[in-house]
Amino acid sequence: MLELLIAILLLVAVAVWISVPLRRREAPVEPSLEDPVLAELEARKQAKYREIRDTELDHAQEKLSDEEYARQDAELRREAIAILKEIDAAEADRRRTAGA
Amino acid sequence: MDPDRKRKIRLVVALTAAVLLAVALIYTSFSAGTEAREPSDVLAAGPSDETYQLTGEVKDYHRDGTDLRFDITDRDGGGKALPVSYTGVVPDPFREGREVIVTGRLDQDGTFMAEKDSLITKCPSKFADEAAADPEHVVIDQ
Amino acid sequence: MSALGSAALIAALVVAVYAAVAALIGTRGDRRWVVSARRAIYAMCGLILVAVIAIETLFVRTDLSVALVADHSSTTTPLLYKLTALWGSQAGSLMLWAFVLSIASAAVLYLTRNRHREVVPWATAVLAGVAVFFIGLMVAGIFFPGAESWPFAASDPVPPEGAGLTPLLRHPAMAMHPPMLYSGYVFFTIPFAFAIGALITRRLDASWIRSTRRFALVAWIFLSVGLALGARWSYSELGWGGYWAWDPVENAALIPWLTGTAFLHSIMVQERRGMLRVWNVSLICATFALSLLGTFLVRSGVLESIHAFGESKVGPPLLVLIGIVVIGSTILIASRLDSLRSERRLDSLFSREAIFLLNNVLLVGLAAVVAWGTFFPLISEAVTGESSSLAAPWFDRYATPLAIFLVLFMGIGPLVAWRRVTLAGLWRAIAAPLLATAVAAVVLALTIGVSESISAYLLFLVATFTIVAVVTEFWRGSVARRRLVGGSYVAALGSLLTRNRRRYGGYVVHVGLVLALFGIAASSSFQTSRDIRLSPGDQAQVGDYTVTYVKPTTTIDGTEQKLAFGALLDVTRDGRHVTTLSPSREYYSGEAADPNAPLRSFFEGEATSEVGKTESFSRDLWSAMQPDLSSFDRVIDAKDQRYADALSKLPGAEQSDPQVQAVIAQAQGQMVRQLADRYIVDPPPAEIRFNVNPFVVWFWLGVIVAVGGALFAIWPTPEGRRRRVSDVYGARLARELNRAR
Repeated sequence: MLELLIAILLLVAVAVWISVPLRRREAPVEPSLEDPVLAELEARKQAKYREIRDTELDHAQEKLSDEEYARQDAELRREAIAILKEIDAAEADRRRTAGA
Repeated sequence: MDPDRKRKIRLVVALTAAVLLAVALIYTSFSAGTEAREPSDVLAAGPSDETYQLTGEVKDYHRDGTDLRFDITDRDGGGKALPVSYTGVVPDPFREGREVIVTGRLDQDGTFMAEKDSLITKCPSKFADEAAADPEHVVIDQ
Repeated sequence: MSALGSAALIAALVVAVYAAVAALIGTRGDRRWVVSARRAIYAMCGLILVAVIAIETLFVRTDLSVALVADHSSTTTPLLYKLTALWGSQAGSLMLWAFVLSIASAAVLYLTRNRHREVVPWATAVLAGVAVFFIGLMVAGIFFPGAESWPFAASDPVPPEGAGLTPLLRHPAMAMHPPMLYSGYVFFTIPFAFAIGALITRRLDASWIRSTRRFALVAWIFLSVGLALGARWSYSELGWGGYWAWDPVENAALIPWLTGTAFLHSIMVQERRGMLRVWNVSLICATFALSLLGTFLVRSGVLESIHAFGESKVGPPLLVLIGIVVIGSTILIASRLDSLRSERRLDSLFSREAIFLLNNVLLVGLAAVVAWGTFFPLISEAVTGESSSLAAPWFDRYATPLAIFLVLFMGIGPLVAWRRVTLAGLWRAIAAPLLATAVAAVVLALTIGVSESISAYLLFLVATFTIVAVVTEFWRGSVARRRLVGGSYVAALGSLLTRNRRRYGGYVVHVGLVLALFGIAASSSFQTSRDIRLSPGDQAQVGDYTVTYVKPTTTIDGTEQKLAFGALLDVTRDGRHVTTLSPSREYYSGEAADPNAPLRSFFEGEATSEVGKTESFSRDLWSAMQPDLSSFDRVIDAKDQRYADALSKLPGAEQSDPQVQAVIAQAQGQMVRQLADRYIVDPPPAEIRFNVNPFVVWFWLGVIVAVGGALFAIWPTPEGRRRRVSDVYGARLARELNRAR
């Protein structure tokens, strides 16, 4: 029975702490909560930059001929720019919905 | 060759290779396996060239030069005991009453001739039986 | 203390259930429930920590009123093994699983508290659900005592002394082996939970991978260390001298390691090209299910194994959970196939993506082979009615060629580029490794010959290829970097490594694994092993070495209740002394001792082999011995008989007098010393196994290098440098972007 008493005590203490966010009326303050769309685009952008760097290194190591490197680099930059455009669009979207 | 066709060919080649390997795997496993048997089954079947993986409980053992000879019974302890003759590493937990697995064949003279180093002794269960034994035990005083 | 621990565990279950429910409510969008669920996970972690501290305190105090302590520890057990005895039991293993899971869950939820707004609630629910399962199994043990899963069960009756830890397990490697393995299993749960969340919310881009990639790598490290510790224990403690037997329980940990390795590679392809999305979610679901299966196999007794602990009640619920995971994931993946399909295809077979794909196929293929062989007794029983099992030779037959190909591609992978490598460039990269391999082929053929072991020969060749390939990668990378930024080669190498941790860390892991496989191949194919029977003064020849039994040795240990009979072996080669080994056999008088036959009790209790070995970079000399005590039987029985006679002359009441007890204990001690002296004066012959294992130490070294490489790859780049790099590219691209507009 001692176990049950201690358990109840623990649960009450935990319940108080866990229910703090629930007792608010509005949504919890989460200033750094990412927008998933923007976060994903940002991550893809970083990954694309890493790819560009890796290709640069591969070319410096002569794994890629100058033509192949030029081709791949151009393709990667095209893809990077596409991502940047998507970021621009998403940010504009956000500003619009926030303003509205 | 257009890329689609190239892709299809690659897929077909890959799948065929996988199927062939799987068939080889399955075929060799059924022929390479050794059947698991309990001592009573082996005794009932009589001497043969068939190799079995014998599982049972150890009853009585003694060393005979480099050989280990022990009697093995069915896991529940009952049934006739089958004499086993074994050479090789004897695992540390080997003891009377322990469960063992050993591979070999039943000889014409009724002894189970075991393959070298094929003896496996199961780690003893840490529950009940050990602790239930005599609580008083020997203490060495130096 | 027991009450506190019990309460904490029960409370943890309630909190875990709440976390699952709150997270599910939070999936509808109300952030308050999501934050509350996260707090619940933190609280659950704290509560389980309290329970763990409670049970460990009980172990340290050797509180025998708790069944777990009474069955697995004793007052004379050394402190380290008192603390680690917890996971020797079923209830303790469940607690370990729950504990590590709660820590990992709390960590990932903290790290992702501001990210993946839609996926995290589902992932939280999955993690909480798994926690409910494991904690629930423990708590159920209160109501079903037969399950033996409740850690705080009371001993009935309370014994005067604990059973102690089986001497075989009193080894540091074995003490750490279960927590390492379980941590590996648990850390694979994290990417699994996020994959499920991603599937449900159809957020099937690479974000779930990015946040959980490091957890998968941590899991891989733990599993690798756990597997290596198990192998090390087997080699150092057991009398057979091997480190891997393709035993079902060993395989159970290997299979998720193989699929986990495949997963770590294929997610790199998804991050770059968006390919293999279906493959990746399937692979992580499979790896998690296999981790549960590994846990299940050890504890269920369903397969004949040296580790099987017999039928366990915990088996069936685990099997049900595995079934739910497998069926649930399959349905989920099938229903999301349209969102998962990618349009991208392989650009070229001569690309890193293609090599990764191939490596995945090989690894998963090897996992399938090992799984087939492990479960074959059940399969054959279902098909033919007879349970039939496969031994090590069958596994070796398939694992060896697959391993050789894997090593080869571990070398080719670093040499090619992503998307498409220029063939001329590939040729330039591959020339040096090919040349080295050709040289090795000739040298090895002349020195050790090909026919002794073709597979070892081939493995040595591909190992040479891969190691030279990786070294040239480091070299050419430094050269290229130096061309870019100037400075010394060393500085270039340094900056190259720190800016490309993942790539070069991965190369180091490959080198480590190749070294490990080299150690395995060399020590298995070129081992010299002999079983010899020697008396003191005798000599025997094993390969190039002469082994002389110099003299017998004995040890008596009062605290551990141990009597050891050993042999001092002198090993020479070409007349020169090489080393001295002292293998011995240790006999433990335990709780099953017969009070009337104190000497015999030693030889009826547990016995272990103490291995005598010398390790070096080129070869290990390994020995184990077992004295032939048949001639001692008469002596032992005679002494015991005299003792029993003397004891019977004492009236019963006097026997429990503490002073009399002290005299009895002294008498027993004297008997043991006399026996030991007898062993020295008139030693019986000993069965000695002597192995020469070439290059086996490279197995252990290779694992250490591989883990080091993985840690290097995992280490985060400082935030500042990451930002600087991206700013540079951002600026460059922005210019192009403006031009494009």
